[in-house]
Amino acid sequence: MSWFITPRELHRRGIVGMNERNVEFIARLNPRRRYPLVDDKLLTKKLALEAGIAVPELYGVLETNHEARRLRELIAGREDFVIKPAHGSGGNGILVITGRMGERFRKASGVLEDMEGLEHHVSNILSGMYSLGGQPDKAMIEYRVRFDSLFAKVSFQGVPDIRTVVYHGYPVMAMARLPTRGSDGKANLHQGAVGVGIDITTGVTGHGVWHNEIVARHPDTGAPIGGIAIPAWDRLLALAAGCHELTGLGYLGVDVVLDRDLGPLILELNARPGLAVQVANAAGLRARIDRIEAVQPNPPPSPVERAAFVQAVMSPARRTGS
Amino acid sequence: MKRFHLPLLILALAAISLGIFQHKVRHLGFPMVPAQTTDNWIVEARVAFEPTGGAVTARVLIPHQPPGLALLDEHFVSRDYGLTTGMSGENREAIWTARNPSGRQAIYYRATFYELDRHLRPPPEYPGPAAAPEFEEPYASAATAIIERVRERSADITTFANVLVNDMISAQDENIALFVPREGDERDRARAAIRLLAGARIPARMAHGIQLTDQARDLPIRTWLEVHNTREWVPINPADGRVGYPPNFLVWWYGDQEPVELRRARNAQVSFAVTRNFQNAVDAAQQRAQLLESHIADFSLLGLPVQTQNMYRVLLMVPVGAMIIVLLRNVVGVQTFGTFMPVLIALSFRETELLRGVILFTLIVSLGLAIRFYLEHLKLLLVPRLAAVVIVVVMLMLMLSILSYHLGIEHGLAVALFPMVILAMTIERMSIIWEEHGPGDAIRQGIGSMGAAIVGYLLMINPYMEHLIFVFPELLLIVLAVTLLLGRYKGYRLSELIRFRALAGRPGP
Repeated sequence: MSWFITPRELHRRGIVGMNERNVEFIARLNPRRRYPLVDDKLLTKKLALEAGIAVPELYGVLETNHEARRLRELIAGREDFVIKPAHGSGGNGILVITGRMGERFRKASGVLEDMEGLEHHVSNILSGMYSLGGQPDKAMIEYRVRFDSLFAKVSFQGVPDIRTVVYHGYPVMAMARLPTRGSDGKANLHQGAVGVGIDITTGVTGHGVWHNEIVARHPDTGAPIGGIAIPAWDRLLALAAGCHELTGLGYLGVDVVLDRDLGPLILELNARPGLAVQVANAAGLRARIDRIEAVQPNPPPSPVERAAFVQAVMSPARRTGS
Repeated sequence: MKRFHLPLLILALAAISLGIFQHKVRHLGFPMVPAQTTDNWIVEARVAFEPTGGAVTARVLIPHQPPGLALLDEHFVSRDYGLTTGMSGENREAIWTARNPSGRQAIYYRATFYELDRHLRPPPEYPGPAAAPEFEEPYASAATAIIERVRERSADITTFANVLVNDMISAQDENIALFVPREGDERDRARAAIRLLAGARIPARMAHGIQLTDQARDLPIRTWLEVHNTREWVPINPADGRVGYPPNFLVWWYGDQEPVELRRARNAQVSFAVTRNFQNAVDAAQQRAQLLESHIADFSLLGLPVQTQNMYRVLLMVPVGAMIIVLLRNVVGVQTFGTFMPVLIALSFRETELLRGVILFTLIVSLGLAIRFYLEHLKLLLVPRLAAVVIVVVMLMLMLSILSYHLGIEHGLAVALFPMVILAMTIERMSIIWEEHGPGDAIRQGIGSMGAAIVGYLLMINPYMEHLIFVFPELLLIVLAVTLLLGRYKGYRLSELIRFRALAGRPGP
C-alpha cells in the first residue's frame, strides 16, 4: 500500500474531505441553533422519547456538585450503569460500570473503582472537563446496554455501535465500530476501534479498517469481521432516518447500539459526524449524496419510506452500473 | 448574486490593497525592502553645564555641510531656553540663552545625517596662501630646516603635508621636537602641523568630529588636519598620516577651539551618542508624501509614538501568523492545541529565539505535564486544578530562570516571556488528550502545535515580511482576502491524502 493517495483518485472515488464536509454539509445543512438538540444528550433523549424512538433508560441526572451526593442513592441496587457527560464529545468522559465487587465497582476494562473515584468522575463532568468549550455540564446516569451477542466475537470490551450518516433524512452510509484493546473499550475509530463497512441495502458487514489499514479480522479476538448480518436492518435504518425530523439537521451521525433485549437503541446523535465511514466502506459519500440530491420528492416522505428508498436505490446492482 | 458575493469581496479587498500599495511604492517611493546597509545616522550631542547665576549663554558649534554627509533633519531640545543659530566663521553655531536657570542643565542637539557623495557639493573656494607666521629663534631656523627636509621628499601639497605628519609621528628630529612634544596628542600635532604648513604658505585647518558607530554613547572627539591643495580640503589623520576620512566620519567643527563656549556657567561637558536609523528611507517617503499632500500617508503607523510603533511591529505580524494557522490547519491538516495557541507561542519565540524557545517550551510543558498528572491523583475540581497548573507553570518558569542564570546561561531568563496562561491551558489540554486518546495523539498534537509555532515564527521574524506589513499596513487586506478565500476551500487537506490512503488501489466506482 502506498503511503498516500492522490487527490485525483480521492476525487474520482467521491471521497468527501474535512473542508468540504465543513462547508458543504455542516455549515449549509446544520443550522447552529439546532446544535443544542444533539450536543445536549439529555435534550436528545427527551425528544427521542417524545417521538417514540428507543433510547437507553435514564436513571438520573446530577447537575451540581452538591447534588453529586445523590449518586449513591441513584445507583443503589443497580449492578451496572453508565455515567456520562450530557455535553460530552467523541466518547470522552463515559464511565461504564459493569458490576459490583463488594464496595467497589468494576469498570468495563475490568479495573476496580471505589465510590470516591465515581464521585470524582462526576465532579469532573460537572466542572465541564469533557464538554465542548469547557462550560459546566450535567452528569447522566443511565442504563448500560447489554449488547447483542452479534458482535461479541469481534469486540474487545466496551460497546460496539453502528454509526449511520443521515443526509437530508436519508441514511446514506453506515459502519459498525468495534472496540479494541487499544481503544480502551471506546467505539471511536480515532482511538483505535475497528470500523467495519456495512452494505447500506442489506445490513451485512464487509471489511474493516483499523488504524487506517484494511483488516479482515478483529485485531484482538482474531474473528472475521465480514459477513455479519445485522438483524432488523430496515428498522434500524428507519430509526436513524427518523432522527432527521427529531433534530432538523441535514447532516447527522446516528449512533445505534443493539441491545440484547431491547433491540436497536439510539445512543447519541452527532451534528459533525466524521468521514472515517468512507474508509470503512471503501466508498465516497459524494455519489450517494448526489443521488439523494437528485430526488428530493415533495412532500417529503416518511422515515420508513426514505429508508426503503435508500435500500432500493443504493442496491449493489445499481451501484456497479453507475 | 449570492454565489459571487465572496469572490467579489475578495477581489475588492485585493484590489484596494494592491492599489494603495502600488501608489505608495510608485508615487511616494516607499521602499519595498528594509534598508540593509544603513547610511542614515541619528547623532545626539548633549551639552551639560552648571550655571553660576544670572543669564546664561551657551554657544555650541554644530555641523555645517560636513564632508561626505548631508543633514536631513535637526532638532534642538532644551526647555526654557531661547535659541538662535547662525554662522561663525567656518562653523555654524547654536546659541542658547536662558535668563536665570538653576541646577545642572542639559541641552540637546539631535540631527539626522545621510551619506552623500562628497563630489555633489561645490568645493569651497581656495582661501589663498596662508600668511607666513613669524617664528622667533630657535623656532624660525628649525621651521626652515623642517620645511626644507620635507619639501625635498614631497611632490605636491598633499604629499608635503603627509610627509610632515609622518615625520612628526616618527619624530626623532630635534627640530620637530621643538614644535610638538613627543607625547603630544593628535591635537598638539595638528596645531604644530598647521603652523609649519603656514611656514610653507600652505593653508591648513583643524577639523574635529566623531566616528559614527551604531548604538554608541560617549563617542570621543577626534581631531584631523585638513590641508587645502588649491582645489579642495584634504584631510590627513594626525595620528598616522593617512589621507582621507574613514567612512562615516562626521566633521563637527573646524578650528582650534572648544565646541562649547559658556557665559555665566561652568563645567561644560559634551557627549555624543549615535544610532543608525533604519527607517530613514521610509521617513523620506513620508516627507515626500506630505509635500505632495497625499492623504494616504496620513494613515501611516509612522506618525505614532515610537513605543506604539514598536508594539505594532509585533502586533501586525499576528494576522500573518493567523493566516499561516489557517493554511496549516485547513490545507495541510496539522492538528494543534487550541486554534491560535501556536501564534502566541511563536510571538514569544521572537524574544527567546528559536532553538532556545523550543527547548524551554518543551521543558516547561513536559514538567508541567508531569505535575498535572500528579494533580490528577488529588481529584481536584477543574478550575482549582487549572489555577494550580498556572501557579506551577509560573514557579517552573521562575526556577528555570534562576537555574539558568546560575549556570551562566543568561538566555534562560527569556523564559519569563512565555504566555503562562497559554502554557497552562496547553498542559491541561494535552493531559486530557493524553488520558482520553492516549499519549500518541497528545504528542502528535504537541508536535503539530510546535511545528505550527515554528513555521509562524520563521515567517513572523522575516525582516522583509515585517517591513512590508509595517510600512504597508494595507497589505493586511490581502491577508484578509487570502483568509476569506481559504474559508471556502473545499478541497482535500494534505493530511487526508495519507488518512485515506487505505482506499488507494482498492476496487471502487
